[in-house]
Amino acid sequence: MFESLTSRFSGAFSSLRSKGKISTSDIESTCQEIRQALLESDVALSVVENFIADIRQKSLDALPTLQSGTNQANAIFEIVNASLIEILGGQARRVRFAKNPPTVIMLAGLQGAGKTTLAGKLAKFYADQGNTPLLVASDLQRPNAVTQLQVVGESVNVPVFAPEPGNGQGNPVKVAKDGIEFAKSKLYNMVIVDTAGRLGVDEDLMKQASDIRDAINPDEILFVVDAMIGQDAVRTSQAFLDGVGFDGVVLTKLDGDARGGAALSIASMTKRPIMFASTGEKLHEFDIFYPERMASRILGLGDVATLAEQAKKAFDTDTSAKLEAKFASGEDFTLEDFLEQLQAMSKMGNMSKLLGMLPGAGQMKKQIENFDEGEIVRTKAIVQSMTPTERRDPKVLNGSRRARIALGSGRKVSDVNNLVDRFTAAQKMMKQVRNGGMPAGMPPGMGMPAMPKLNAPVNKKKKSKSGNPAKRAQEEGQ
Amino acid sequence: MGLFSKFIAKIKGTNDFSPADWADLEQELLSSDVGPRLTQEFLEAAKKVKSENAEEALVEIMTKNLSSNSHEPILGEATTTIMVVGVNGTGKTTSVAKLASYYKRSGKSVVLAAGDTFRAAAVDQLKTWGDRIGVAVVSGKENGDPASVAFDGAKSAQDSKSDIFIIDTAGRLHNKSDLMAELSKVKRVVEKVSPINEVLLVIDATTGQNGLQQAKIFTESVEVTGIVLTKLDGSAKGGVALAIEAELGIPIKWVGTGESEGDFAPFEAQSYIKGLLA
Ligand SMILES: Nc1nc2c(ncn2[C@@H]2O[C@H](COP(=O)(O)OP(=O)(O)O)[C@@H](O)[C@H]2O)c(=O)[nH]1
Ligand SMILES: [Mg+2]
Repeated sequence: MFESLTSRFSGAFSSLRSKGKISTSDIESTCQEIRQALLESDVALSVVENFIADIRQKSLDALPTLQSGTNQANAIFEIVNASLIEILGGQARRVRFAKNPPTVIMLAGLQGAGKTTLAGKLAKFYADQGNTPLLVASDLQRPNAVTQLQVVGESVNVPVFAPEPGNGQGNPVKVAKDGIEFAKSKLYNMVIVDTAGRLGVDEDLMKQASDIRDAINPDEILFVVDAMIGQDAVRTSQAFLDGVGFDGVVLTKLDGDARGGAALSIASMTKRPIMFASTGEKLHEFDIFYPERMASRILGLGDVATLAEQAKKAFDTDTSAKLEAKFASGEDFTLEDFLEQLQAMSKMGNMSKLLGMLPGAGQMKKQIENFDEGEIVRTKAIVQSMTPTERRDPKVLNGSRRARIALGSGRKVSDVNNLVDRFTAAQKMMKQVRNGGMPAGMPPGMGMPAMPKLNAPVNKKKKSKSGNPAKRAQEEGQ
Repeated sequence: MGLFSKFIAKIKGTNDFSPADWADLEQELLSSDVGPRLTQEFLEAAKKVKSENAEEALVEIMTKNLSSNSHEPILGEATTTIMVVGVNGTGKTTSVAKLASYYKRSGKSVVLAAGDTFRAAAVDQLKTWGDRIGVAVVSGKENGDPASVAFDGAKSAQDSKSDIFIIDTAGRLHNKSDLMAELSKVKRVVEKVSPINEVLLVIDATTGQNGLQQAKIFTESVEVTGIVLTKLDGSAKGGVALAIEAELGIPIKWVGTGESEGDFAPFEAQSYIKGLLA
């Protein structure tokens, strides 16, 4: 029941791959698996049916031209992947800049979708590229939405046009209009207009949204939608399309474990591209939306491209270059490098999020969920309690040195032993990888210190009790 | 006439369905977010229904999925302590305000704690509500420790012998283990002052099957005792809450139907189920 779309897909395809030769009935059962997976992931039934009909036909057409079962499975996999990418929008589209600045971007969406945070993220994203955005506070509805935008604007260093206090006071249409005039007079080249959340069924508020649109004539209206949304995605996106219209979609809260069924429904029903992905509460946790990456994520290939990019960002160029040079020159990978990597990794933030992007992570889901982030902190403490000599050459670590390190880091001697063992294994692996070549764009040894941990028994929690309070009471009563 | 009523009319009349009728019904059920499993179960049971009492029989099939646990809000002996949790943007702060207003109107004294110290202006948001409704809000520094704000609130509620104490918390995605650990800490720290009677998980009616995962993991961390189902004033029917009832046994206790403090009521099974089938 809780299986994610990803592990469903992986399951369906690994059973196909194990077949010697694929028959039409194998294709049918794969289609049924995929249908079920898509429904569990909130893809609208009509979209699912079309999708299935499409891949069934394409797979049947391709079948006779392929020799072995493995080839056939791969070809079918490719068909599914390509169809997903096609629906998700083909090539990602960028914001169209106005010929005469400012470029006006208007945000619209349901309550709680994440518009205000997104406004800040967009402002930062474009300011970082040398633009001069202005934020306009037209959500005068929700208590303290204006204050929220002001705080957000301040933290990304972007001015906020907020002439009205909000909390039910002021006219959002006038604020938006005045905001554009203000931006023109002060030569801002971009305006981002935050608006109140509204329901598709609320005619008055939909009318207000179209009034704002008519007053500011935006270059882009972005429909902001929570990635966890269910079947209502279809009704709501249609209501916004009819009520205000929109040019692109932004998916928020993609750092959760919802697998993007809504993305598929919305893209396929509205034919509007998904343009951005919002992936966290912090204002830099935001990116352009890549249909291929989303398709890979759905298919359980893992989002390797994003992972590599984040890794690059986190490993400052110096560290990276130093490690690479070291690596190329064949020097040994030391505990110091190990520590630098750990530090870079904790900079990269949420470990389980990163691991979720790795290929095959769908199948490691349980381990990932139980991944202990404190582990990095503890390991760091141990390495930091070592002398430089010890870090460079762990072979000198005799019993008394280990005891001292344990004391210094507040860990047990067995923890120190454990780390040294893991490091030695990682070092060995590094040597092997060096001989066998590295994937491009990945800093050497990326993630390796953590990987052995995944195979170790991580289930430190007590045997999980039933989620059902009644059942649990029974269990506990025994 | 809703598709469901048409369906019932048909049962009463011919009792003879084409595969297309079943497909329509499947579509209707799925689109309410009850999920593929409950949909299949319902269809199978519905195929056996005959008789005059078709409508009652079908409502009955759905109602069987409700948790056997009580859907009544829990009230404590002394100060009833309620903690409100959920993912980002579901309507936690608004629901805290609505609960406060509900209890205030029934003559009870209420204290709130602004436990969302993370999101920009979240504390101000709750204070604005506090002023509107006329209840005290205990708050600390933004970006401060939510557990200590909740602790101070609990003390203050106890000292003033308030009837109801409600803690707002920051939104968090259930897959972030550090944030879930923070939430359990808030609960533990408050329990040093007074037992927590109710942990309410706020689920947005537009949420899809991910709602199950939310309920499961929040319950693992803080033992959720009830659901607040918000935004039922929209086109979404909130069917995932039924899946949560069926799968995890957590009862829906309150429903939110708008942005004002009065748009709120205790859960009512019949109207919820009929809403799903409408
Ligand atoms: N239409 C509608 N909107 C709601 C309801 N409950 C909350 N909201 C809105 O949803 C948005 C997010 O609510 P908020 O309480 O700030 O969510 P939180 O982040 O979970 O605390 C706000 O715009 C609220 O006005 C409801 O029952 N119906
Ligand atoms: Mg809040």
